[in-house]
Amino acid sequence: MGFFRDTWIVFSRAMRLSLRQPLWVLIGLMQPILYLTLFGPLLVGMANAPGFPAGDAWQIFVPGLLVQLGIFGGLFVGFGIIAEWRSGVIDRMMVTPANRTALIAGRALRDVVVIVTQAIVLCGAAYFFGLRVPIWALLVGLVLVGLLGAAFSFISNAIGIATKSEDALAPLVNALALPILLLSGILLPMTLAPRWLQIVSDFNPFKHIVDALRALFRGELMTPTVGLGLLLAVVLVLLGAWIGNRVFVQQTK
Amino acid sequence: MDELPIIEARGLKRTFKARGAKGKLIEAVRGIDLTVRPGEIVGFLGPNGAGKTTTLKMLCTLLEPTGGTATVAGCDLRSDAVGVRRRIGYVSQAGSTSPEARAGEEIISHAQFYGIDRTTARTRGQNLLAALDLADVWDRPCGSLSGGQRRRLDIVMGLIHQPKLVFLDEPSTGLDPQSRANLWTHIRKLRDDFGTTVFLTTHYMDEADNLSDRILIIDNGAIVAEGTPAELKQRVSGDAITLTLRTAADAEAAKAIAAGLPGADMPIVDGNIVRLHATEASTALPALLSELVKAGIEAIGIETKRPTLDDVFLTLTGRSLRD
Ligand SMILES: Nc1ncnc2c1ncn2[C@@H]1O[C@H](COP(=O)(O)OP(=O)(O)OP(=O)(O)O)[C@@H](O)[C@H]1O
Ligand SMILES: [Mg+2]
Repeated sequence: MGFFRDTWIVFSRAMRLSLRQPLWVLIGLMQPILYLTLFGPLLVGMANAPGFPAGDAWQIFVPGLLVQLGIFGGLFVGFGIIAEWRSGVIDRMMVTPANRTALIAGRALRDVVVIVTQAIVLCGAAYFFGLRVPIWALLVGLVLVGLLGAAFSFISNAIGIATKSEDALAPLVNALALPILLLSGILLPMTLAPRWLQIVSDFNPFKHIVDALRALFRGELMTPTVGLGLLLAVVLVLLGAWIGNRVFVQQTK
Repeated sequence: MDELPIIEARGLKRTFKARGAKGKLIEAVRGIDLTVRPGEIVGFLGPNGAGKTTTLKMLCTLLEPTGGTATVAGCDLRSDAVGVRRRIGYVSQAGSTSPEARAGEEIISHAQFYGIDRTTARTRGQNLLAALDLADVWDRPCGSLSGGQRRRLDIVMGLIHQPKLVFLDEPSTGLDPQSRANLWTHIRKLRDDFGTTVFLTTHYMDEADNLSDRILIIDNGAIVAEGTPAELKQRVSGDAITLTLRTAADAEAAKAIAAGLPGADMPIVDGNIVRLHATEASTALPALLSELVKAGIEAIGIETKRPTLDDVFLTLTGRSLRD
């Protein structure tokens, strides 16, 4: 089918270009590894504090880092598509009979592959710090991270193509990232927060995704927490894909 | 000619909402009609901001017209955009390759969108590169090519699926004179050998003049003239004739004689110089000279100049294309 073939063409081109710049993939990894080494030990000392959820410190901390990786890994790809648009690549692809959705989906797929690879490296490093989780939980966790990455890649690419300006994208990305980060309990579990902050964070879908990943890492699978997290992630991907597709189609208007 | 036109546009129009200025509309293209026959090389000539790129983008399905209709390569622009895309090639003014990507990779990946397999794409791509003097760039990152080389690579990309109709937006910008001449030869060969229809925009008059079978002159979103280069030039007041006489009195006398020539406009005297236009200088001159001799006036200098497309543009719009 045209969609899958075209997605593959876009994906392999984008992947090849990413592999040629391994530095960026490494820089993307640096952040979670730094958190792991410099912030993780702090949490280990806190894990017995009142209000800390069940599970050991690494089972709580690593899911947060993974979600962060998914969000930030996807959120910054819009800068790349602006550069591509400027060099005429996007228009060049749009005059071919290629499926419009494939033009953005192929790029999102590349981002997912990069993000999931980074997540595997992160989990491998966390193992040496003392993370112990069942392998199936890890696999479901990686799927969750991949979904998040896809959703944010779609959204970032969409904003990039809609604004065509790094100066417009940068503040938008920051405006999105900061509340998501602070209200999702990525670094510290929201169970430590005062009541009002917990209520506010309940409206943040990413909090539930982090909760789901933590539940998975504790060994839960068929629980409402996990189900809600996965469902939200799927909804986000569909929403992102819809927005991305609309923005691409809108380009010719 | 009974062949169906390959491009047929009626009242094609595009307005943009200006960003910032609220409610202000930019009329980039104001309802143009055009007909292009298969196998023609049509030059779209106009100054910066005239609406050339906007028209091209509409015909290439990159931009929806805000008014009018068009059939391109046998497909309706609005109802069968994919059909149009399959049949046309487009070389944008903005380029087509990523600086980090290798030239060969970009060519192959682009060809795959048209369902062309890698082997065929490779052969075709290398042949096209060779034809445009780029034989050794296959493995080079596009960003490492010179501006002119990269421009020629864009053209290779646009031709990789052997389209019957190709749109070239300012194809020779940034090329040195030799590469330009080579590109012109190649474009003519495309038409002569494969019957490819070429629709190109340019603001170089010599390019429009040398390459096109027919020229459309666009200014301020509207087509102001159309015809073969020769036809267009004939529509201008004709060839310019400059006579230099010995004295201002001689010039006045010569003016009276010149004004009586068939096909001449009102001469202008400037000191001992007389300027006029005649439809055909080559036939007007002998008559003029013998009249002058009869009147006992001696011309000490005569100069004639064929009209250029710039003169055409000047006559039509009151402005020079070079501005
Ligand atoms: N996306 C857009 N939004 C607003 N105005 C636009 C847009 N694209 C083009 N215009 C305006 O439409 C007019 C025609 O632009 P166009 O790019 O078609 O000119 P052109 O003939 O190709 O010029 P050039 O020789 O500089 O390439 C210009 O006034 C331009 O500013
Ligand atoms: Mg232009």
